[in-house]
Amino acid sequence: MENKKTVKTGIRYAVYILFTVTGFVLAILENIFVPQIAADFENKKYALGSFVLSINRAYRIFLFLLIIFYIAVGIFSYLKENRQANYIKKAKFRFACGVALGIWDLFGTKLMYFPQPFFPGPAKILEAFLMESGYILENTLYSLRLFALGFSLGVIFGVGTGILIGWFDKVYYWLAPVLNISGVIPAVAWMPFALTIFPTPFSGAVFLIVICAWFPIASLTAQGIQSTPKSQFDAARTLGGNTVYLLFHVAVPHAMPQIFMGISSANAFAFTTLVMAEMLGQPGGLGYYINTSKVWSAYYKVFAAIIVMAVLFSLIMKGIGAIRGYVLRWQRGLVK
Amino acid sequence: MSKDVLEIRNVNRVYNDGEKDVKALSDINLTVKEGEFVSIIGSSGCGKTTLLKLIAGLDMPQSGELLLNESKITGPDYKRGYVFQQNCLFEWLTVEKNIAAGLKARHVYTQNKDKVSKYIDLVGLHGFEKSYPHQISGGMAQRVAIARALINEPEILLLDEPMGALDSFTRADIQDKLLDIKKQENLTMILVTHDVDEAIYLSDRIVIMTPRPGRISEVIDVDIPYPRQRGGAEFINLRRNLLDKFHLASAEPQPEYFI
Ligand SMILES: Nc1ncnc2c1ncn2[C@@H]1O[C@H](COP(=O)(O)OP(=O)(O)OP(=O)(O)O)[C@@H](O)[C@H]1O
Ligand SMILES: [Mg+2]
Repeated sequence: MENKKTVKTGIRYAVYILFTVTGFVLAILENIFVPQIAADFENKKYALGSFVLSINRAYRIFLFLLIIFYIAVGIFSYLKENRQANYIKKAKFRFACGVALGIWDLFGTKLMYFPQPFFPGPAKILEAFLMESGYILENTLYSLRLFALGFSLGVIFGVGTGILIGWFDKVYYWLAPVLNISGVIPAVAWMPFALTIFPTPFSGAVFLIVICAWFPIASLTAQGIQSTPKSQFDAARTLGGNTVYLLFHVAVPHAMPQIFMGISSANAFAFTTLVMAEMLGQPGGLGYYINTSKVWSAYYKVFAAIIVMAVLFSLIMKGIGAIRGYVLRWQRGLVK
Repeated sequence: MSKDVLEIRNVNRVYNDGEKDVKALSDINLTVKEGEFVSIIGSSGCGKTTLLKLIAGLDMPQSGELLLNESKITGPDYKRGYVFQQNCLFEWLTVEKNIAAGLKARHVYTQNKDKVSKYIDLVGLHGFEKSYPHQISGGMAQRVAIARALINEPEILLLDEPMGALDSFTRADIQDKLLDIKKQENLTMILVTHDVDEAIYLSDRIVIMTPRPGRISEVIDVDIPYPRQRGGAEFINLRRNLLDKFHLASAEPQPEYFI
């Protein structure tokens, strides 16, 4: 009886895995069997070590890898029961993604229906990676370094001043207006100063990211500290806590949810500032890559950079989300 | 005869809520002996919490003084443990860490680690060490609050309606825990309560307070030997007696033709 049931759910689950990847399978079939109609599509070939790859074939391999990936994810989530529902939920969307890729390839590559060179097909975008993956990686690392340094300094600086503003009335009196006024100015407005005052463009861009992250983090940290109920301080004092304890073991943990709210919104601002700064005066980075590609009308490279950004930034968001989930684990089940 | 632990002399506390003065406490005098269990009963707003906060050192009187073991109370101290009226656990800490908070705050955690599990057992929370406050029931949270105050081994424990929101079974359970602690550790305790039965069941003395201004109207000795039977004749007599007084004390003066 029990056995029969697991076999049944197993079969049902296999159908979902199949459904998930069917879209991508269709996209591969479309690429193979629909003849190339538009004449000006050039199926360039690139040498990867000893074997030569055309961009169409690279696109098929890419789709094939996606299929393998989603099958692997499917099997993995089948083994972890709490992940099953999520996989099933996403099946429709993933199917649609595959179909969309197929349609895009049909109109973008086979028919060249969209205005060129602004809207290339998927294979053409892959070409950017085949052509200069080393250069893209270099620029990605530049962006990552800039972001990591600027954002972590922004968090340290923001949380630090936020604690001071929230805790000391005098600091609040003098700094809160500064914070409120400077906070409404988009960080890029400081660009002219940043680029002249700082010795290198890199340090100038770090400065811009720091100030754009500073405002939301500092003001939400201060709010969190200030909203700590007096009764919690009273409780800590009757337990023998001194001022340092009240600040770091009561006020700061109490402010933690708000500190993370600040960090999340600072995160989004920081991405914008990062890309803007790179587009307007950095010797590297994804923004810089977009800008130089645009000059050569290489829009497929612009799309490639956008895709890298999307992946990179969402990974960073996921990372921050995971840290937040860990630090605020006491909230689990308390808030949605 | 055991010595006096706490002395309250001519204490006054007036609050100003912006428009008018509220005499929360007026001429309070009270002496509590070592190992004694004193309950304070009185209607809402008669200054019970205010009095407890003064003893804790969380608030200061305008006049008069409070002495603990002959030294003046000038601020909060772990020697006066406090269980708050609303549950005041640190919600970002597990049960275990809440209970250990006092040790950590005083930087004596490492040498006293094993006390944590002792107090968890004392309040019967074994198995919930890793739960967070929002994952446990109100009664369990109050027991955590009691353990958290006790782990510092205070000279006096102040309890502000710790059982206000609990069902009668949980209540009886915590009451017995308090009596155990009283017996084992000879700890002086002051309990604020609305519940006359609870006061009789637990106390050596019962202090009745009246509002506006907050005063002590009467102090009653309870001479029934422990453990007390809630159905016993003396218990019931005292309860009737107290309810009468409580009623008279808390009622506004009524015109005579009222009845
Ligand atoms: N911080 C404060 N500011 C102004 N007035 C206050 C303050 N705290 C208490 N009071 C007033 O002092 C009086 C006594 O308050 P208290 O909290 O001591 O009452 P209580 O006896 O504990 O009542 P309950 O049984 O409802 O807890 C009340 O009239 C209250 O309005
Ligand atoms: Mg009260």
